[in-house]
Amino acid sequence: MKKRVIITVCASLAVVLILAFLQSLVVPKYADNREGLLVGEYYAEAGGHDVIFVGDCEVYESFVPAVLWEKYGISSYIRGSSQQLVWQSYYLLEETFEYESPSVVVFNVLALKYGEPQREAYNRMTLDGMRWSSSKIGAIRASMTEEESLVDYVFPLLRFHSRITELSVDDFAYLFDRPKVSHSGYLMQKGIDPMDGDATEEGRELLDYTLPETSMEYLEKMRALCAENGAELVLIKAPTNSWRYWWYDEWDAQVVKYAEEKGLAYYNFIDETEEIGIDYTTDTYDKGVHLNVYGAEKMTEYFGRILEEKHGLADVSHTEAQAAEWRTRVDEYYKERNR
Amino acid sequence: MLFASYGFIAFIAVMLAAYYLTPARWQWITLLVGSYVFYAFAGLECFVFILFTTVSAYIISRLIEREIKKENDYVAANRDTISKEERKAYRARAKKKRFHILLWGLFLNFGVLAVLKYSAFAVSNVNSIIALFGAKTLSLPSLIVPMGISFYTFQTMGYLIDVYRAKVTPERNPAKLALFVSFFPQLVQGPISRFSELGAQLTAPHRFNAKTVSFGLQRVLWGYFKKLVIADRVVIAIKTMLDSPEEYRGAYVLLLILLYSIQIYADFTGGIDITVGVAEAMGIKLAENFDRPFSSKSTKEYWRRWHITMGSWFRDYIFMPISVTRPMMKLNKAMAGKFGRVAASKTVAYIATTVTWFVTGLWHGAAWNFIVWGLLNCLVIMISEALEPTYKKFHQRFPRLTESKAYSKFMSVRTFMLMGVIRSLDCYGNVGLTFALWGSMFTLGGLGELLSGGIFELGLAAKDFIIVLVAVLVVYAVSVASVKGSVRERLYGRPVLSACLFGALLIAVIMFGAYGVGYDASQFIYGDRFR
Amino acid sequence: MEKLIEMLTELHPDVDFATAEDLIDDGVLDSLDIVSLVSQIDSEFGVTIPAEEIIPENFNSAEALFALITRLDEE
Repeated sequence: MKKRVIITVCASLAVVLILAFLQSLVVPKYADNREGLLVGEYYAEAGGHDVIFVGDCEVYESFVPAVLWEKYGISSYIRGSSQQLVWQSYYLLEETFEYESPSVVVFNVLALKYGEPQREAYNRMTLDGMRWSSSKIGAIRASMTEEESLVDYVFPLLRFHSRITELSVDDFAYLFDRPKVSHSGYLMQKGIDPMDGDATEEGRELLDYTLPETSMEYLEKMRALCAENGAELVLIKAPTNSWRYWWYDEWDAQVVKYAEEKGLAYYNFIDETEEIGIDYTTDTYDKGVHLNVYGAEKMTEYFGRILEEKHGLADVSHTEAQAAEWRTRVDEYYKERNR
Repeated sequence: MLFASYGFIAFIAVMLAAYYLTPARWQWITLLVGSYVFYAFAGLECFVFILFTTVSAYIISRLIEREIKKENDYVAANRDTISKEERKAYRARAKKKRFHILLWGLFLNFGVLAVLKYSAFAVSNVNSIIALFGAKTLSLPSLIVPMGISFYTFQTMGYLIDVYRAKVTPERNPAKLALFVSFFPQLVQGPISRFSELGAQLTAPHRFNAKTVSFGLQRVLWGYFKKLVIADRVVIAIKTMLDSPEEYRGAYVLLLILLYSIQIYADFTGGIDITVGVAEAMGIKLAENFDRPFSSKSTKEYWRRWHITMGSWFRDYIFMPISVTRPMMKLNKAMAGKFGRVAASKTVAYIATTVTWFVTGLWHGAAWNFIVWGLLNCLVIMISEALEPTYKKFHQRFPRLTESKAYSKFMSVRTFMLMGVIRSLDCYGNVGLTFALWGSMFTLGGLGELLSGGIFELGLAAKDFIIVLVAVLVVYAVSVASVKGSVRERLYGRPVLSACLFGALLIAVIMFGAYGVGYDASQFIYGDRFR
Repeated sequence: MEKLIEMLTELHPDVDFATAEDLIDDGVLDSLDIVSLVSQIDSEFGVTIPAEEIIPENFNSAEALFALITRLDEE
């Protein structure tokens, strides 16, 4: 009997170990789709930021923390991810406040248009990178599509097991470590694909222009959370405005009204492209949907001035250690940019 | 709650823990509460129906019991004073009386089942007749069909008939009867148990026994292997073909028949393994529902080995009673005089067989394709029955051929194919279409397309077929090994090997099971719309 | 008993019913035979075998079947 118990315990342990190994093997490494790694990279740099960005691709493709430091001495981090939904931004922010106390939080409003989870894969790309915390569980619960379950997040093996038949070299190369893909949350895109003929096209007509209740609720929660933690919430709309992701005037009006009511700053950069200096023949990598690195640098310079002048970030002091870290980051940034 | 859900696995874990933590004499109450909780997951409105069946069965069974007691008391008291003929006449009258009580029970419960399950079917048939006369058709009723209603209704009615036949002593405790009706592992897909086998086991105390529990869980795991690795993977290709059956003709029909045979075997026997395994883990032995059915050499044998508890239910409660009813006996005697005993008995048996198969078809579903399916099975059985003498002569004439291994394999394959073809009626779900597609099978059209890569366009890649093939071989090997006795029992003596095998099985289920959202790499490429 | 053996032998001349056991389990008697037997027993012995008594235990040997008939007659 005793022997049987020992065998059972050993076998169970072995099975758990094998499954753990297989799990590391099959979870996506995102070596090609780098967006999936953004959220997880935060922890290495967590703490001591003046500004935290949250939101979708329009934050991680429009602002460059390295440039913000270089030009204005503002320390920032972008907690952005692909199609990050408002509740995900909220929970990411909640988690961020556990690590640090930024004085400004910047949120890009495009995601307000989604009142429901959109795609399971995007959920995974945002949520899998988070460390386990009540915020992560909250984010998962708020984000799950009907076909998903919490168990799939706790044991990603259950979600990704079928990849066992489609493993690639990357899966072995990055078995334990992931490649570093971002510069403080900024994902560099150096390609140029000018906005073409459809530049003049506008978004299609919608039946209902009311921003979903759920998104507005989470926006309000986010505001309260910032207030509680002594951070100022700044709303922005990135300058890009392709007809594919059109920002409607009707939506804008709702955000303007909300910002006025709550006394928040809201900057819609769509109509300020000339002032910013963005040229859509050179500053976008995908026909005007996102900025490329050249556009993002211009945008960052422009926004840095706003932060300095209007949000009290003119003379923030930092420790020598922080400054040293930023010097390395700026170097790394330019190394990739000028390669 | 489906077997293949995290919820079910969690439920089983909680249930097992609760079951063995309960003091032995209260264990059955835990089981009853668990079964009702399980049922509640399926929807609270369904409770009305299972409670109705429980309460009506309880009342009817007690009424019948009272009648039986009255009858026996009377006979015992008057045994010496009344003649044998009087006694027989009295018993016959008493039996008739309790038969009427039984009828109420059957009528009420099968009535509910019929209304819920078959009214839409009935109305649509009435409509097509009405339409012939150009009148306005009736609207189709849409009623909920509570989970497991066919299974628990048949099981409970079997119980009532057994009470009527005085084969079982009725359960006096309504809560215990409620457990027999609602025992949760059976609610999903059977088996249909008998009170004489299950009743006492359910309420008996079961001490924790590591061997029993581990055997039960091993069987559950085996069930998941069949279900998740084989059935739920193969079903993808089947669905593709059934989405546009007209496009997949000829050789594709053959492929569908083969895949569907594999799928239904893995799904059904796997599901039963899970059911029986869960019960076994609680020390309760359920009746086996399958006995290597695909090794059968004839349709008749197949139906003794496939869905056994259903087959025996129909034999005991439909076929046999019909065969020995008064009118049948009269018919038998009348015909025996004119055409000989064999012909007479054959006629009676054929009538009873036809009725039984008609009902069996209807049991499987409220649609014509199921009825045709039942009657085709019946036809095959009757034809082979009628040809029995011819076969015998053939066997005597060529003993070396017919006693060879190859011939016996041939008979198994033939039965497998025949059953597969008939079974395809229930995937196409349309009698006319099925017949047309059967016809196309003989042209073997599409074979070239199928072999030149078409087979991999059905939603399953080559590697999926390899996984299925390997898994099927494993199932086959285990099936062959089980002929010589329980595989688990033999492995029990070799704990290290057993631990390795079941560990590997668990890993195989997790890694190669077709469950969850699946991984479609393209989903993860951001901005893929522009590529 | 003799009458019963005779009845059985008529169905399957090649079987020795006086000694044979497991008639059902070995597949000697099938449902057809049983339908025929029940009908004949009804006319010859005046005993109606109800459906619930048609179980392997009662039909596995001539002896068991005879015991059944006797029991039903005496009940």
